[in-house]
Amino acid sequence: MSTEKPRPTFQMDGHDVPFDEGQSILAAALAAGRYVPYLCYHPEFQPHGSCKVCTVKINGRTHASCTTPAHEGDVVESNVDELNDMRKGLVQFLFTEGNHFCPSCEASGNCTLQAVGYDLGMTSAHYSPLFPDRPLDASHPEVLLDFNRCILCELCVRASALVDKKSVFSLAGRGIQKHLVVNAESGKLADTELSVDDKAMSVCPVGVILRKRRGFQVPIGERKYDEHPIREVAVQKQKGE
Amino acid sequence: MTLDPSAIVARHHGDASRLVQILHDVMAVEGHVAPPVITALARALGLPRGQVEGVVEFYSFFSSEPRGRFRVLFSDNITDEMAGSHELRKHMLDSFRLQPGEVSRDGLVSIGTTSCTGLCDQGPAMLVNDRAIPRLTPARIGAITSLIRGDVPVDRWPDNLFPIASHVERRDLLLSTELSPGAAIDAAIARGAAATIEEITRSGLRGRGGAGFSTGTKWAACASAPGPERYIVCNADEGEPGTFKDRELLAAHADLLFEGMTVAGFAVGASKGILYLRAEYPFLVEPLLATLEARRRAGLLGERVRDAFAFDIELHVGAGAYVCGEESALIESLEGKRGIPRNRPPYPVTHGYLQKPTVVNNVETLVAAALVATHGAGFLRAVGTPKSSGTKILSVSGDVARPGIYEYPFGVSVQQVLDDAGAVDTQAVQVGGPSGMLLSASELHRRIAFEDVPSAGAFMVFDGSRDMLAVVENFTRFFAHESCGFCTPCRVGTTLSAQMMKRVVSGTGSRRDVKDLAKVSNLMRATSHCGLGTTAGNPVLDALAKFRPSFDKRLRSLEVLPTFDLDEALAPAREATARDDEGAHFTNQTSQAEKP
Ligand SMILES: Cc1cc2nc3c(=O)[nH]c(=O)nc-3n(C[C@H](O)[C@H](O)[C@H](O)COP(=O)(O)O)c2cc1C
Ligand code: SF4
Ligand code: SF4
Ligand code: FES
Ligand code: FES
Repeated sequence: MSTEKPRPTFQMDGHDVPFDEGQSILAAALAAGRYVPYLCYHPEFQPHGSCKVCTVKINGRTHASCTTPAHEGDVVESNVDELNDMRKGLVQFLFTEGNHFCPSCEASGNCTLQAVGYDLGMTSAHYSPLFPDRPLDASHPEVLLDFNRCILCELCVRASALVDKKSVFSLAGRGIQKHLVVNAESGKLADTELSVDDKAMSVCPVGVILRKRRGFQVPIGERKYDEHPIREVAVQKQKGE
Repeated sequence: MTLDPSAIVARHHGDASRLVQILHDVMAVEGHVAPPVITALARALGLPRGQVEGVVEFYSFFSSEPRGRFRVLFSDNITDEMAGSHELRKHMLDSFRLQPGEVSRDGLVSIGTTSCTGLCDQGPAMLVNDRAIPRLTPARIGAITSLIRGDVPVDRWPDNLFPIASHVERRDLLLSTELSPGAAIDAAIARGAAATIEEITRSGLRGRGGAGFSTGTKWAACASAPGPERYIVCNADEGEPGTFKDRELLAAHADLLFEGMTVAGFAVGASKGILYLRAEYPFLVEPLLATLEARRRAGLLGERVRDAFAFDIELHVGAGAYVCGEESALIESLEGKRGIPRNRPPYPVTHGYLQKPTVVNNVETLVAAALVATHGAGFLRAVGTPKSSGTKILSVSGDVARPGIYEYPFGVSVQQVLDDAGAVDTQAVQVGGPSGMLLSASELHRRIAFEDVPSAGAFMVFDGSRDMLAVVENFTRFFAHESCGFCTPCRVGTTLSAQMMKRVVSGTGSRRDVKDLAKVSNLMRATSHCGLGTTAGNPVLDALAKFRPSFDKRLRSLEVLPTFDLDEALAPAREATARDDEGAHFTNQTSQAEKP
């Protein structure tokens, strides 16, 4: 921004955060180097607002920060116990809802859900797991879908529709029955137009959409969130680094 | 009749925004929307197949699997349950030797449940092939069972099964004022559009659908939003369990409602209105269409209403989803999509139906608006309280001698309503439905008004014989069934609440469940995306505050009860990942559970 006027600001946890007109609280905070936990947001896409992990208090009321535009003078609380407890509760909900067996998961160490959970000090899923029955889809020659870990963030849906223009993925069902489906009468990925260089291949924050025969190429312990905490990765991602 | 998907699509002009109506037409022919039909519809409409599949699977009234030539759905509201619906359903299941939801082998019949059908004053009720049958008794169930056995099409079932009674027990402003068709429109034209909005604002009219937003302010915002096209949407989804007052207004005062919509159209400059009717009220479709037609013939709808403006109204039938009562989900549904509440801002008044400025109002609000347009702001101001002007129509059901429709000036006490309806030994009243407020016997002096106990219309009464935890359990089940699943807190929280309440009611709950119930409810309240999730914890939190001893009596003394074997439950995950080593097993439940 090279305007004469200084950019407007809001306050987050006692610090001034500058923002551009129309920018969300989350995007502005990340751009200013202030981490707010999130899962369904992605700097390259319209915010979705479904995971609610990015919840903050704006002038005393809770809002999802990724979908709420910033206003001059807003007083925002984020890194406080009350909100971090809520976020932890939501991440526990997601672990409870799916089948997340991290020790054997190909995404372990690269998984945003896992990293956010650790960052929030989550030590267990707390609730009785729901153990949904979500069969794998191994029909595609190069790609495996392990729905057990899907957190329904719709990033693959958005990427496939908006970037790849293929709409390979959609959501179906309601409530706790909601699930990811692929765009084929057979219900099989092999019968869709997915190809390995699609944007949809690279946006999943967990370990659902996996390249076959690439498993565990980088050993656990040397992966993304093993090297850098999610607080750093998220801030860099917003800057496009 | 054989199914021709492309002919159905053509009948709807290939308009993808009509997908929900198109699916109704398919369901009417085949009873389900088979996968090849989904493919054909997607192709004809130019939509991704997955999107059409998503819509089919979102709405309760659609199914991609065959469900039996006779699809029996018992209304699952607590008032139906109190009137014996579970026993009747079990009897019917037994006589067909079926499990709930199962389709009989010959494809004849399936028997399940559906959320409140809005017949709480004449329950237990059911839907058969989407036709409503009230006042079920063992004898009527017997008759229905024989008709199904004889494979008699529902069209030819005896007429005495279907009539929906009207029980209006108390009339006030809205239910007693007669208006000759066109009177409100003429008054609005005489006053002018801006002055009509002004009059509505001055009347103090607030939305009757739940949120209580000023109607005049809403109309003014829509009128001043930029753009040439605007819409008036009437919310007749009436999905809140225990609410049936819009049913009465639609059945007996449709002219007044359409008058209100037309006035709204004139005032904000909209030429199209849409009535979103819940699918549970199929018996209203023909009469409503007939009223619309009569109004067109009388020049009260169409290209030249009173030679002053263009306005017409279209009927849109929902498909079984409570969340579609939420105004932005309703708009998504009108556009042929899954009923997922939108992110706000922007609000419907600027970006509503087809992203055009849109007013969404409840049935009762629009009826009141028609009367204000005719008789002026003072008409409403004269009754009620300063903050809640006018009257409120209540749907009274449960443990009362005279269930039905009661219209009162705002400010009426809960006790007054109970007395008028003939309630004795009242233990609790659920005002405003499960998303509203649970009042205990010590709170009956409280008043129905926006500033005290607001109500979208439901008023369910429970006497001393009722198990309040079972009531709350029914409500948690309702929310779990109706959560749209968009946001994490509501999608997972409603299911966990329902599971925990089930444990508590059945006597296998622990103290930890009770703690977690409060925690989950508060999390839903603070972080959910729409009003469904933010209110879904209300019954649990109210009950914990007001009926705590009922919980404690029911608990096992243990802090935690192991409900299953963690290691065993992980077997599928081991199989899926082709692992059986030490790290893939839970050696002891606590230490392992701590490693997410
Ligand atoms: C889950 C949910 C269900 C709702 N159901 C209804 C309904 O059935 N009818 C209704 O008029 N409003 C319903 N509402 C409120 C609407 O979102 C909206 O506020 C209302 O239709 C506006 O009209 P009013 O201002 O005339 O009340 C519901 C809201 C939520 C969150
Ligand atoms: S597959 Fe991945 S990207 Fe797609 S919805 Fe599930 S978690 Fe999100
Ligand atoms: S609160 Fe519930 S109904 Fe509302 S958007 Fe979230 S999941 Fe859907
Ligand atoms: S990141 Fe904001 S709701 Fe998911
Ligand atoms: S580690 Fe497997 S889903 Fe996160």
